[in-house]
Amino acid sequence: MGIFTTRASTALREAKGDLRIENVTKRFADFVAVDDLSLVVPRGSFFALLGPSGCGKTTTLRMVAGLEQPTAGKVLIGDTDLTGSRPYERPVNTVFQSYALFPHLTVRENVAFGPKRRGLPDALKLADEALALVEMGHLAQRKPAMMSGGQQQRVAVARALVNRPEVLLLDEPLGALDLKLRRQMQVELKRIQTEVGLTFIHVTHDQEEAMTMADTVAVMNKGQIEQMGAPAELYDLPTTTFVANFLGQANMVEAKQVGLDGDRPVYEAFGHRWWVPRHRSSVPAGEPAAYGIRPEKLRLNHERPALGGSSAAAGPGVLRDVSFTGVSTQYLVDLPGLGTWGVFERGRWIVRRRGVARSRRICCSCRGWPGW
Amino acid sequence: MAWLVMFFVVPMVQLFLVSLQSDYPGFPGYYYQDVNVANYARALTDFAPHFGRSMLFAGLATFFAFVLGYPLAYAMAFKAGRWRGVMMICVIAPFFTSFILRTIAWRQILSDEGWIASTLNAINLLPGGRITETWVAVVAGLTYNFLPFMVLPIYSSLERANPTVIEAGGDLYANGFTTFRTVTLPMSLPGVLAGTLLTFIPAAGDYVNAELLGSDVSTKMVGNVIESQFFRVLGGFPDAAALSFTLMALILALVFAYTRKFGTEELL
Amino acid sequence: MSASAVSPMTRVRYWIADRWVMTSALLVLAYLALPVVYTLVFSFNNYTKSNIAWNPVGSPTLKHWLDPCGPPGICEALVTSLQVGAVSTLVATVLGTMIAFALVRHDFIGRGPTNLLVFVPMATPEIVLGASLLTIFVQGFPSFQLGFFSIVIAHIMFCVSFVVVTVKARLQSLDPRMEEAAADLYADSRSAFVRVTLPLVLPGIVSAAMLSFSLSFDDFIITNFVSGDVSTFPKFVYVSYLRGIPAQANVIGFSLFLIAVLLTIGGQVVGNLRTKKG
Repeated sequence: MGIFTTRASTALREAKGDLRIENVTKRFADFVAVDDLSLVVPRGSFFALLGPSGCGKTTTLRMVAGLEQPTAGKVLIGDTDLTGSRPYERPVNTVFQSYALFPHLTVRENVAFGPKRRGLPDALKLADEALALVEMGHLAQRKPAMMSGGQQQRVAVARALVNRPEVLLLDEPLGALDLKLRRQMQVELKRIQTEVGLTFIHVTHDQEEAMTMADTVAVMNKGQIEQMGAPAELYDLPTTTFVANFLGQANMVEAKQVGLDGDRPVYEAFGHRWWVPRHRSSVPAGEPAAYGIRPEKLRLNHERPALGGSSAAAGPGVLRDVSFTGVSTQYLVDLPGLGTWGVFERGRWIVRRRGVARSRRICCSCRGWPGW
Repeated sequence: MAWLVMFFVVPMVQLFLVSLQSDYPGFPGYYYQDVNVANYARALTDFAPHFGRSMLFAGLATFFAFVLGYPLAYAMAFKAGRWRGVMMICVIAPFFTSFILRTIAWRQILSDEGWIASTLNAINLLPGGRITETWVAVVAGLTYNFLPFMVLPIYSSLERANPTVIEAGGDLYANGFTTFRTVTLPMSLPGVLAGTLLTFIPAAGDYVNAELLGSDVSTKMVGNVIESQFFRVLGGFPDAAALSFTLMALILALVFAYTRKFGTEELL
Repeated sequence: MSASAVSPMTRVRYWIADRWVMTSALLVLAYLALPVVYTLVFSFNNYTKSNIAWNPVGSPTLKHWLDPCGPPGICEALVTSLQVGAVSTLVATVLGTMIAFALVRHDFIGRGPTNLLVFVPMATPEIVLGASLLTIFVQGFPSFQLGFFSIVIAHIMFCVSFVVVTVKARLQSLDPRMEEAAADLYADSRSAFVRVTLPLVLPGIVSAAMLSFSLSFDDFIITNFVSGDVSTFPKFVYVSYLRGIPAQANVIGFSLFLIAVLLTIGGQVVGNLRTKKG
């Protein structure tokens, strides 16, 4: 019996390949945390699970780690089925939210913990190498309580990395850090990932963090994946309202497809018409749809440009608020029927130059058809 | 677990059974199992004054322990700074000198020849002329012995409280006393609750203080009666058992009413 | 001279307000310490008949400190107390820790009653515990001789509850992610327990053991009920009170106090050094 379990777990530990989540469901009492989720994370990629709290992203991660077992479905690495195996049998390591460093052990002992449990002879040497990778070698003798959040974070990364897992899981690892440190660690983690070439799965609710770091982002909502793809792709062409709102800001309005102009669908709402390129339109004709456009694609104008042709427009409306953020100036415009839209323009004095001022009727317009 | 069942539940049941036993007529010290409710009747009539005194003394001791203990706990939690550890040791350390020894020390400090009694007598402030052998001494002794049980829970609940919350009270125009009454005291309530129980329960069952600091008649508590029924009165077993059981029931009832009133279930 | 908005009267009030808490705290501490000081002082008393009045002739004297075992029975009682304390602490700690783990980690039938059962002995006056144990020893097992073992059994009984409560509190405050992290780092459940859980709970177990030793050592009421002819240190003091307590009792009492204080301070210093070293 003992022999078989040992052999089985060794086989599990040596599993290699893409991480595959197949039709996984996790139910807690009467609450469905993860709902029939399927996902493939290619080996060596930096993958982000993005979503609001309670969307099931952490539960998904814990099922990959083996800390929870799925109610239904399978978790595989390559062709090896990990479902039902224990956390310590899996080639998967976790950087826990707020780190979970062992307070009774020094930094070095913390990092050497994994290799020692696996009975590797040079555990301490491996630990020192891992600490060097995260630039924490000089604090190896410290206890975790004597370190700052950023330092603990690096140690937590080293403690997981030292095991060279097939998949490294990061559960909101930067959540407890201040903004500046978080930016710095984002770059750092990305560097480490490139350097070691392992599969990283990063769970976060911070869209900017996910977009900065990951090759592929999956946006989760209510236990399901809403949309998955490269960050730019998701941003440019969100397929659901949820994704559009969750990633950055969006001006959205419920619209109806009213016809085709050539091969371009035309959408209409409250007397406005928008042309959307065929490949950007995901809703069949006649169905209720939402038209959306990013604030930074819009420009403010005194006159409403002619409809059709090569531009889209909305308005006229009333300028309600102007705020300068450094990179851009953000305008809020009340558009009758459409609600309040945001327009981000670069530079500070555009408003004055173009003759638009507060409380005056102005229009939003743009070139091309960047909406969806 | 089996241990607790064996050495707590079984003895309790046995105690209950004993409390219902009767004497073999003519053979004092020998009993047979019976449902002799008279034991309880005696416990509640003959010894009613002792129960009353137990509750009264324990209540007074709890009150004084609270009055004395709260400032100490408060000072330890918020004012002591680096002296906190030292104060902590000062609170706990007397435990390690046998409590009998300390109680006897009190008897001698308060004795008729002692300086406290003689000073008070010299200025005619002592009506009866003495401190020992009065209820004052017994209550003082009880207060003293169980004071740490009051201080420590209050301290730990105050320590857990966030001092900025108290500062916020001051910031929102509450003066010192109002802040204390509306913010600090409610936050330490679980500690106060635990502290009062930890003081009241053992004080109510204590007989050492009454024995060493009190007089023969007017300060005897239930504990003294139980003790003497067990050890000094031939055939006193069932009576003593009935007394013990009544005492426990009384205390449990009081504790239950008390926790109900203040609505905290998490004791200790 | 700048005019202050705070009047001198108010300032006096603030001054008092800032200090009265500390002052009363120190007075209460003095109240707590008084008998201990008294015990120490009278350990140097050169008394003739009873150690109640201070004898100016020949005091202070070191003779009681040099002959702590002088009065018959005192050191036997002390040794009994230490033995009882050691044995019951050991058993109560092991047993209590196991119960605490069971209560926190396993959801077994009868967990509620068990919790209650652990709590009730603490909410019961000692005298009732003593009385009930006495009845069971005397009537339940008539052949059982009251003495060392009955004391030990009684002490274990009330110590277990305190151990359970202390260890349980520590276990409950333990971050569950510690054990998850251990499992994630290839520790199976046994080695996760040995390497992570146990070291993290150990301070709680140690303080529980210390608590139960001091409870056991200082217990008089329960001991008095179940001890038969065997004498423990508190019982010795109580019994000899009628004849007059020998000053050696003060010597031993104060020494124990001193040892306990030194151990506590020593423990804290070592703890501080350890955290500083890192």
